[in-house]
Amino acid sequence: MNFDPRYSGRNFASVGTRPIRPDGVDKVTGRARYGADFNMAGQLVGRVLRSPHAHATIRKIDTSKAEKLNGVKAVITAADLPDLTDGDAALYDILDNCMARKKALYDGHAVAAVAAVDARTARQALQLIEVDYEVLPHVTDVDEAMKHSAPVLNDTIFTEGLEQKPVKPSNVTKRSQYGHGDIHEGFGRADYVVERSFKTEQTHQGYIEPHACVASVSSDGTADLWVCTQGHFVYRQHCAQLLGMEASKLRVTSSEIGGGFGGKTHVWAEPVALALSRKAGRPVKLVMTRDEVFRASGPTSATSIDVRIGARKDGTITAAEATLRYSCGPYAGMWAELGAMTAFACYNLANVRTVGYEVLVNRPKTAAYRAPSAPMAAFAVESAVDELAKEIGMDPVEFRIRNAAQEGTRSSYGPVYGPIGIGPTLEAAKNHPHMKAPLGENQGRGMACGFWFNFGGQTCTDLNIGMDGSVSLAVGTVDVGGSRASLSLVAAEELGIAYEQVKAVVADTSSLGYNDMTDGSRGTFSSSMATISAARNAIKVLRERAAQMWDIPVDDVVWENGHAIAKGEKYGNLAALSLKEIAAGSGKTGGPIAGHSELVADGAGVSFATHICDIEVDPETGATKVLRYTVVQDAGKAVHPTYVEGQYQGGAAQGIGWALNEEYVYGKDGRLQNPGFLDYRIPVCSDLPMIDTQILEIPNPNHPYGVRGVGETSIVPPLAAIANAVSNAAGVRMTHIPMSPPRILAAIEAERGGRWSK
Amino acid sequence: MRYIRPLSMEDAVGQLAGSPGTAAILAGGSDLLVRMKGGFVEPDLIVDIKAIDGLAEIRQTAEGFSIGAAVSCALMGESAALKREWPGVVEAAKLIGSKQVQGRCTIVGNLCNASPAADSVPALVAAGARALIVGPGGRRTVAVEAVPTGPGKTSLAKGEIIEAILLDRRGPHSGDAYLRFIPRTEMDIAVVSAGVNLTLDEQGVVKSARVALGAVAPTVLLVEEAAEALIGRKLDEAALERLAKVCSGACRPIDDKRGTVEFRRKVAGVLARRAATTAYARAGDK
Ligand SMILES: Cc1cc2nc3c(=O)[nH]c(=O)nc-3n(C[C@H](O)[C@H](O)[C@H](O)COP(=O)(O)OP(=O)(O)OC[C@H]3O[C@@H](n4cnc5c(N)ncnc54)[C@H](O)[C@@H]3O)c2cc1C
Repeated sequence: MNFDPRYSGRNFASVGTRPIRPDGVDKVTGRARYGADFNMAGQLVGRVLRSPHAHATIRKIDTSKAEKLNGVKAVITAADLPDLTDGDAALYDILDNCMARKKALYDGHAVAAVAAVDARTARQALQLIEVDYEVLPHVTDVDEAMKHSAPVLNDTIFTEGLEQKPVKPSNVTKRSQYGHGDIHEGFGRADYVVERSFKTEQTHQGYIEPHACVASVSSDGTADLWVCTQGHFVYRQHCAQLLGMEASKLRVTSSEIGGGFGGKTHVWAEPVALALSRKAGRPVKLVMTRDEVFRASGPTSATSIDVRIGARKDGTITAAEATLRYSCGPYAGMWAELGAMTAFACYNLANVRTVGYEVLVNRPKTAAYRAPSAPMAAFAVESAVDELAKEIGMDPVEFRIRNAAQEGTRSSYGPVYGPIGIGPTLEAAKNHPHMKAPLGENQGRGMACGFWFNFGGQTCTDLNIGMDGSVSLAVGTVDVGGSRASLSLVAAEELGIAYEQVKAVVADTSSLGYNDMTDGSRGTFSSSMATISAARNAIKVLRERAAQMWDIPVDDVVWENGHAIAKGEKYGNLAALSLKEIAAGSGKTGGPIAGHSELVADGAGVSFATHICDIEVDPETGATKVLRYTVVQDAGKAVHPTYVEGQYQGGAAQGIGWALNEEYVYGKDGRLQNPGFLDYRIPVCSDLPMIDTQILEIPNPNHPYGVRGVGETSIVPPLAAIANAVSNAAGVRMTHIPMSPPRILAAIEAERGGRWSK
Repeated sequence: MRYIRPLSMEDAVGQLAGSPGTAAILAGGSDLLVRMKGGFVEPDLIVDIKAIDGLAEIRQTAEGFSIGAAVSCALMGESAALKREWPGVVEAAKLIGSKQVQGRCTIVGNLCNASPAADSVPALVAAGARALIVGPGGRRTVAVEAVPTGPGKTSLAKGEIIEAILLDRRGPHSGDAYLRFIPRTEMDIAVVSAGVNLTLDEQGVVKSARVALGAVAPTVLLVEEAAEALIGRKLDEAALERLAKVCSGACRPIDDKRGTVEFRRKVAGVLARRAATTAYARAGDK
């Protein structure tokens, strides 16, 4: 297939319009099926027993009493999930995380599971399982875990990335480094240097739908899994590998998804449900409670970051440096590395160096959260950038514009940029009326920039034309944010037909070739590319069929506005054939008409955003109010602008929650204190202002329509933008996220000389 | 588990008193059902009191108001007379949860759930409200502050049900107010709270005062020294300063996931001061 993905400036008929989404009615009426809405005859209830200890050796598990309880059909432990990972360390971590093998590594770590006829019996059965723990010392704080005195979670881990292999094991799994130039020389030329340390607490994606699945294993070894996921092909692969199945024997169907944000890229309950079903010989439904979601799914890292930036009087940054420590939970990750890569990516720097440390702690295994690792790095860097601008006496926007990366800039993480949007988002922010709006007493304004890589990846799509001329589009990227609407627009655009004529579905793993997950902001970018390719292949068939109907050479048939047209004077009397007419005759011209596409969507291109916000701080209580918020971001081309705006607003809303109130609170016993939405405070509607958006369209040269992913970048600037606004409003630099009222009030009081009225 | 919906108080008391296992009274259920769902309680008997005759009414008598135990907080917000006389009590009740929760929840449930952070309780304590209790031994009336004895614990005996909350009729120049601190705008639990109830003389001098603080001790605190700071004075800066100081000092808070000791102390003073200012303005308007 010779698909040309290059951008070709063109006018659009469908792309850029705002029709209602095909999944909308079902979602608002409750007809849509989410993970827990699937049921099967004879289905059992699965439940998981979880460690109450942050760190403990599992000496013995006695399941005999639970097995004897009436109504219990299967009880499993790690012994029922034998290690088939064959030296694949990452896969072994997944296995161990699904069901603890030798040690429980965090409060909430699964240690056993049951399948029973009802929830009550399952709950009772869990209470009958006796686990003999030897409780070990634990560590949950990222800085504490790096100390020599800290309990070591895994004594086979010796820090990678050091010049010499260390002699002792530690909780630091890896050191990574990025940058170029000579920072010592750079700092030597600086007139001003800002140096600060920052902390951010662990947050959860907070998706409304908990993890849920139904697993059904047949006695012939084949299986079905219905599940809420961001990537059913990846789930199939991991589950099949962990259970020793051939991938094609496991059919995975993704449900509608009530939010994922990176948190549903990872299997937890699914291999357990399959193992229970295999043992019980009946379908098993496993739905996590909110408590389990918080304690035992995949929140983001807690971090500790040091930043140093130097600049000359004229506002040129001469050197920049950051050390980033990210918690990974109990298993190795590359979270700090992503932070180290993204930290200074917005800027054109001659001398830059970032160092990342991956740190193991007794907390759940870190998973991706929307532009994973970038928000915390941006918080630290953009806070320091703001402070440096202030010291120099420059406007913070001007200072950033002066140092912004451009086409041709060598990025701090290595590659040289193509056409990018950081400059334009900054100019747009500078000219935005928000920047000039007056502020009242105790109010402050902040702004910040953000970067994310974006990803393309493997994609496989089918486009089938029915005999009535309507089009079914089968995609393999789960629709998390409205992509079925966007992809229908793209199919309609390419075929030259109406949006309403296209119906997009997410196909199961047995109906399409492999697709990477909906992550890395890739859903619309990659699947629209595959849809365009599939549509072009279908058009080729349509032209052939028209040529056959007319009995002329196919080279004389072109496709325009949804019609085959015979090209040239000699065909003057041939009326154009519509897609509908060609489809109607397809039974006689060679059968069904379809277009298929399989490709690796390269060239996703990097993404930039600039956010502005106004905050009011109550200086007597530390309470904050977000008064106004503006997002400016490059979309390449907004296929469905409403859903692009939705992504901008959603990222900002999550960022606001993270910046102000959300945090995992662990007790001294290493147990999570707030595994629920009452005390894990995501913003409610009335906490948020209308989030204003401005879409910039700087075409991506590597996509036919110029599309860039938009899903993640919007969560990168908020922590920093809000911190800058709060710092300006409160008159004191905030360095610890979330900026909860107690932290803000403590900072204000400390600034005033510590006058706590006691 | 047995669920019953008695129509009379006598029946309800009898069923409760005679139940062999654990029994729970169900009003709005916004605490009880959450606790049951979470697996914290599993009562053998649930006595739903909402169908009991007259229990869902607010009655105005010569002595004041009698708010039935099944009156939802939303209903309290719709009573113009109650709002006029006890705006602080109503604003506290109307802070509970969300619109949906308001449609179900009751101030008696709020009181009997015995959370130190319950929103309506400091306002009720400041208002000098009393609870009318019916039990196997007859009827008794106690000050609301005597009902909760610690987190999750009450002084009610087996078989006892609170029938109504009683609020006095107000004299002239009286006003009350309630404020809580939460990090969000709604759907949250008070980190600190303060209820203030004042009666002034013709000159605007405080004649009587009651100040109550929530979420800073195992039960709601009635701070008499804080009332003394206000009595005999107009609400001048010195009086307010003293009020804030006394309230901060009276707190016995803990560090927890919702706030620090320092934060709670400081903000208790701030809220008491602000609530007193509002109560004073309301009193002056009457
Ligand atoms: C989403 C949500 C938000 C919430 N927000 C708040 C908030 O902002 N502020 C706040 O203070 N609370 C809040 N709550 C807690 C709860 O809504 C309140 O405590 C409410 O007032 C309880 O009233 P209820 O009628 O629903 O009580 P129920 O749940 O019916 O009962 C609570 C307790 O009181 C007992 N009880 C009830 N009636 C009687 C009676 N007549 N005599 C003796 N015992 C009785 C019950 O047995 C039970 O132990 C919230 C709850 C939810 C679910």
